Amino acid sequence: MVIAVVAGIAPPTAAVTAPEVDVSDTPYDWGESLTINWIPSGPPDSIDHYEIWRRAGWAMLPAPIGQAHSSSFARIIREAGWHLAGTASATDTVFIDSGLSSDSSYVYLVAAYGKRSIRISQPTRPARPRRQYLDTRHTNILLATILFISAVVFFVERARRGANLFIRRIAGLEAIEEAVGRATEMGRPILYVPGLEAMDEVATVAAIDILGQVAKKAGEYGTRLLVPNRDPIVMAVAQQVVRESFSAVGKPHMFRSQDVFYVTFSQFGFAAAVAGLMMRERPATNFFMGRFYAESLVLAETGNATGAIQIAGTDADAQLPFFISACDYTLIGEELYAGSVYLSRQPLLLGALKAQDYAKALIIGAVFGVVLLYLISPEIAELVRKAFG
Amino acid sequence: MKRQGPIILAFTIGMLMLVQFFTPAAFFKQAYNIILDWKQVVLGFTFILGTWSLIRYHYTKISRRRENWQYSYVTLAGLAATVTAALVWKTATGPYPWLFNNVQVPMQSTMFSLLAFFVASASYRAFRARTFHATLLLIAGALVMLGRVPIGAYLSGSVFGVKISLVEISDWVLNVPNAAAKRGIMIGVGLGMTATAIKIVLGIEQTYLGKTD
Repeated sequence: MVIAVVAGIAPPTAAVTAPEVDVSDTPYDWGESLTINWIPSGPPDSIDHYEIWRRAGWAMLPAPIGQAHSSSFARIIREAGWHLAGTASATDTVFIDSGLSSDSSYVYLVAAYGKRSIRISQPTRPARPRRQYLDTRHTNILLATILFISAVVFFVERARRGANLFIRRIAGLEAIEEAVGRATEMGRPILYVPGLEAMDEVATVAAIDILGQVAKKAGEYGTRLLVPNRDPIVMAVAQQVVRESFSAVGKPHMFRSQDVFYVTFSQFGFAAAVAGLMMRERPATNFFMGRFYAESLVLAETGNATGAIQIAGTDADAQLPFFISACDYTLIGEELYAGSVYLSRQPLLLGALKAQDYAKALIIGAVFGVVLLYLISPEIAELVRKAFG
Repeated sequence: MKRQGPIILAFTIGMLMLVQFFTPAAFFKQAYNIILDWKQVVLGFTFILGTWSLIRYHYTKISRRRENWQYSYVTLAGLAATVTAALVWKTATGPYPWLFNNVQVPMQSTMFSLLAFFVASASYRAFRARTFHATLLLIAGALVMLGRVPIGAYLSGSVFGVKISLVEISDWVLNVPNAAAKRGIMIGVGLGMTATAIKIVLGIEQTYLGKTD
C-alpha cells in the first residue's frame, strides 16, 4: 500500500519515501476514534511533519495529485472531499483521530512533508470505529470487586442469621471509653479532629463514623465535645452526626452547633487554630482520625505537651510514625476503617469487616503463592503475572 | 424518607461511579464529568456555610466574653479586610495579593517551620532506647539518617569480606523492610476503603447520615 507521489519544488535531499499507513479501531472507547499508524518515511531530520487526512466512506487518491506541488496539495485534496484530521511531528508514528461516529467508515492518508517535498501514502482500507462495552484493561479489578462484594454480602447474610463473628482486640479502640471517662473525671472537653480531607475521602467517612460512636459515649458521660473542621461539608455532616448521637443517648440538649465548627481551609492555619484550641481549652482527650498531612506532628506534639490522652488513626502511611511517637494509641491503616464497626458491634457491619479479613488472607496467600511460583518456575510465574495485568 | 432518600442517592451515585470505571460508554463518562462539575459548584456554596460558622463562633465568643475573646476581633477583622480587598480591588492586584504574600504566606511558613522542633522532640521520645523495639528503631533510624547525608557516602565497612557502604544499608532499610511494611499497610488500607465504600453504597453503613445504632 505504497505510492510515492513526488510533488516537490526541488529534489529531496534525503531518502524520504511515502509512508506505509494502517488504520485500526482505538481500543477501550465508545466508538469515537480510530488509530492511524504509519512506518516513518525516512530519518526524522529529513521530515518536517506529517499531515493526516480523513475522508468518510471509500476513496481513491485524486488523480491530479500526482502533478501537485506542495502549495497546491492541500487545495486539491480538499476539493476531493478530504479533511485534515491533524498533524504529527517528524518523530510520531501514531495518530488518534477522535470525535468520529461509529455509524460511518473512514479512510485515511498520510502526507509526509520533507524539507523540500511531500510524499503521500495510498488511502487506507475503510475502517469503522467500534463501541466497546467493557474496558478489558480492568477485567482483573472487576473480578476482584465482584469477589469482594460477594464475600461482603455472604458474611453480612451470615451475620444477619446470628453467626458469631470474632474480631481481634484493637487497643486504640478499647481505650476510647477510658479516654472519654478520663475527660469526664477531669471536667475537661474532648477534642475530635476528623482529618483534613473532604467528605469524598473514605478516610473522612471512617472518621465521621467513629465520631458518631465517640459522641455517643461523650453524651452518656455528659462531656463536652469539640470538633474543629477544615471542610465545610465535613462540618455539616459532623454537626448532624453529633446531634443524632447526643439524641440517641437522651441528651439532645448537650448539642451546641458552636462546638462543631469550621476553622479555615488553610492547612497550617488549621493546624495553628487547633493547636491554639488545645492550649486554651486543655482538652483531656484528643482524637485525630482521618487523613492527615505534615500538620499531624504539630497537632500530636501540641496535644502531648498539654498532657492529653491521645488516640490517632490514619491511613496516611507517611504520618503514622509521627502519630505513633506522639500519641498514646494509634489506629494503623485499616484499623481506622474498622473503628466504627468495632465500637458499634452491629452484626451487619461485622459481616463486612469479616469479608475484609478474608480478602486480606487471600491476598497474603496469593503473595506467598506467587513468590513460591517464582522460585519454582519463573516462566510460569511470569505468565501468571501477565494474565493478571 | 429523611434517611431513605440519601441511601437511595448514595446507592445510585455509587453504582454509577463503579460502572463508569469498567465501561467506556459515553453516558457514564458524561454523568461522571457532570457529577465532578457539580461537586465544584457545591463546594463553592459550602464556603458560605463555613464562613457563617466561623462568624457565629467568634461572635458567640465575643458576646459571652470567653477566655481570650479579644483575639476573635482580630479573626473577624482579618476576614472582613480580606473579603473587602478582594471585592473592591479584585484579586490580581492591590491589597488582596499583598495580604496573601505578606501576611498569610509568612504565617503558614512559620507554622511549617515549627515542624523542625516538633520532629526533634518526637524523635527524642521515640529513640529513647528503653526497650528492644525502641533500640532497633534507634539503630535503623541512625543508619538511615547517616546514609542520607554526604558523610554517609564515605563511611563503609566489610561484612563477611563484602564491602558495604552506609548508603547501601540505608537504601536496603528503606527499600526492603520499610517498603514491605508500607505495602502491607497499603493493602489493608485499600481493602478497608473498598469495604467502607461497599458498605455505604449498599446502605449497610449509615453513621455518616447520623444513624449511630
